[in-house]
Amino acid sequence: MDLYEHQARELFEEHGILVPRAEVTDSPKEAREIARRLGGRVVVKAQVKTGGRGKAGGVKLAADPAAAELTARQILGMAIKGHTVGKVMLAQPVDIESEFYVSYVLDRAAGGFLAIASAEGGMEIEEVAATRPKAVARVPVDPARGVTSAKAGEIAEAAGLPPQTVDVLVRLWDVLVREDALLVEVNPLVRTRQGRILALDGKVTLDDNARFRQSRWGAEEGEHHDPLEATAAAKGLNYVKLDGEVGIIGNGAGLVMSTLDVVAGCGARPADFLDIGGGASAQIMADGLSVILSDPAVKSVFVNVFGGITACDAVADGIVRALETVRLTKPLVVRLDGNNAARGRAILDARAHPLVEQATTMDGAARRAAELAHSA
Amino acid sequence: MAIYLTKESKVLVQGMTGGEGMKHTRRMLAAGTDVVCGVNPRKAGRTVDFDDRAVPVYGTVAEGMAATGADVTVVFVPPAFAKAAVLEAADAGIGLAVVITEGIPVHDSVAFTSYARAKGTRVIGPNCPGLITPGQSDAGIIPADITKPGRLGLVSKSGTLTYQLMYELRDIGFSSCVGIGGDPVVGTSHIDCLAAFQEDPDTELVVLIGEIGGDAEERAAAYVRDHVTKPVVGYIAGFTAPEGRTMGHAGAIVSGSAGTARAKREALEAAGVRVGSTPTETARLVLELLDARQPEGS
Repeated sequence: MDLYEHQARELFEEHGILVPRAEVTDSPKEAREIARRLGGRVVVKAQVKTGGRGKAGGVKLAADPAAAELTARQILGMAIKGHTVGKVMLAQPVDIESEFYVSYVLDRAAGGFLAIASAEGGMEIEEVAATRPKAVARVPVDPARGVTSAKAGEIAEAAGLPPQTVDVLVRLWDVLVREDALLVEVNPLVRTRQGRILALDGKVTLDDNARFRQSRWGAEEGEHHDPLEATAAAKGLNYVKLDGEVGIIGNGAGLVMSTLDVVAGCGARPADFLDIGGGASAQIMADGLSVILSDPAVKSVFVNVFGGITACDAVADGIVRALETVRLTKPLVVRLDGNNAARGRAILDARAHPLVEQATTMDGAARRAAELAHSA
Repeated sequence: MAIYLTKESKVLVQGMTGGEGMKHTRRMLAAGTDVVCGVNPRKAGRTVDFDDRAVPVYGTVAEGMAATGADVTVVFVPPAFAKAAVLEAADAGIGLAVVITEGIPVHDSVAFTSYARAKGTRVIGPNCPGLITPGQSDAGIIPADITKPGRLGLVSKSGTLTYQLMYELRDIGFSSCVGIGGDPVVGTSHIDCLAAFQEDPDTELVVLIGEIGGDAEERAAAYVRDHVTKPVVGYIAGFTAPEGRTMGHAGAIVSGSAGTARAKREALEAAGVRVGSTPTETARLVLELLDARQPEGS
């Protein structure tokens, strides 16, 4: 899970990293009060989980509390790369002398974490990395030893950062480990004209798998902008809404992704990603079908199940029982393959629902579902 | 022959007495796996009956290995305890640890994969279906009865896509199929498996299944180009998948790859790997390549 800038700022502060004074609000009126508390002149920053917000006009300097209110009014509700701005953070401006870049990120290839640091921080860091790779230091971190002061010194030296950043590098590693983060990034990390080192903007990605031991951010869950996704999440379904017309249900993330591709290859667009997992019980099937059928854009539904551990006859039973609780309003193409496929198909044949048809191959079923969607 | 797992493998199960552990131990035994013991400190000294076989339970991995000669562990313990389980197995000196558990924090996976590597223990997974050498042994949760022994090798991130291809190519059959897991950090990579299949005299062709995210497939493509002389057929899932979450600037800086299905497909094709656009087409490409190698047909 990605954190908002203001949440990252809070984490940094808790771990002893200096950050500018700042407060968050969703109200322009309150923005004026906050600006007054912070000394009048503030930076108003859109809180969205995407980059490029400065270029989109989501970060503006306000000279006084009245201007802060006006600016907050402009930025709140703004859409930045499809993300609607719900909150702004107001921060005290900082007198910047130089900007650096530091992060710890998971290096999948090495199976560990990598420190990345550069003396040329700021908005153009990716460009710096691409055009002058030597200006960006990459230092692997031994997971068993972590980032000690000595290690932090090594990172700072490799990147040409001033020695005062060593303390920040150690504390940032602490954030990564203690918070079970997959990424902590400070860009820019600045040195002020007064010589202080401050984290001006941050990005933190927490590991969803660690939720059981990191209860703190649990309340931030449920960020589903789409009502169908919210309904599906409430039923515990792994569902993502897409823009197409062929509803998709399958078992296993890889197979469902593959199903989307095969449907797209038949000239139709998938309406969703729904992985019902290995079990594929009647209840899950019914819940999944009811979510997909309530999507007005859906014209046909493709159920693609490979019977591995769960045999196809059990899956077919699940579909038949789901049909007892869900009123089918759109054609359903079912492809059952794998263990006990013949028995599973016989169960569906016996049910003989007028809107349910079967196909024996994944490609054939996708073609049929696409046809049905187009002729609807 | 085969890779990593043969009929000689003696399999220990950590978490055998839990629900998933019981269910899949029964299935492994039915597939012919030589499951020699389970480990559970609170149930040491007991035996668990699986149909016609009584499997003893030991208190520690080291005790189990000493008593039975186990050289493979299959880990079903819950996410919170998985790290300790793998560290214990590595300390006991087991050769192969197959970690089925889903939902392990990445920091834990980083810790136990690097520790195990230093101890000489190969980790497969986590969050994987395990591996199977059809007709010999099945370590994990891969259904054994959807394919048969043969001359194809298979390596995949995804469970159900593995099963799909195993089933589509059941008439040819497989030497070994390895589900390496889809987590960001896994103990055994596509490349490790490609290297093992290249060395395995019983493997004639390798099927490589990947999906969006990371750059493991791109690295595998480079490895195929430089080191693999056996034919490789690929399949990549996720061309139409919704754009994943961004990883800040750092993700792009690390890999230099977008991690898209297209980038992976192009990298594989540039390395001479034929890539199917559906699982069925992938299976057809495999058959074509085998036919081309043996003009009289197979």
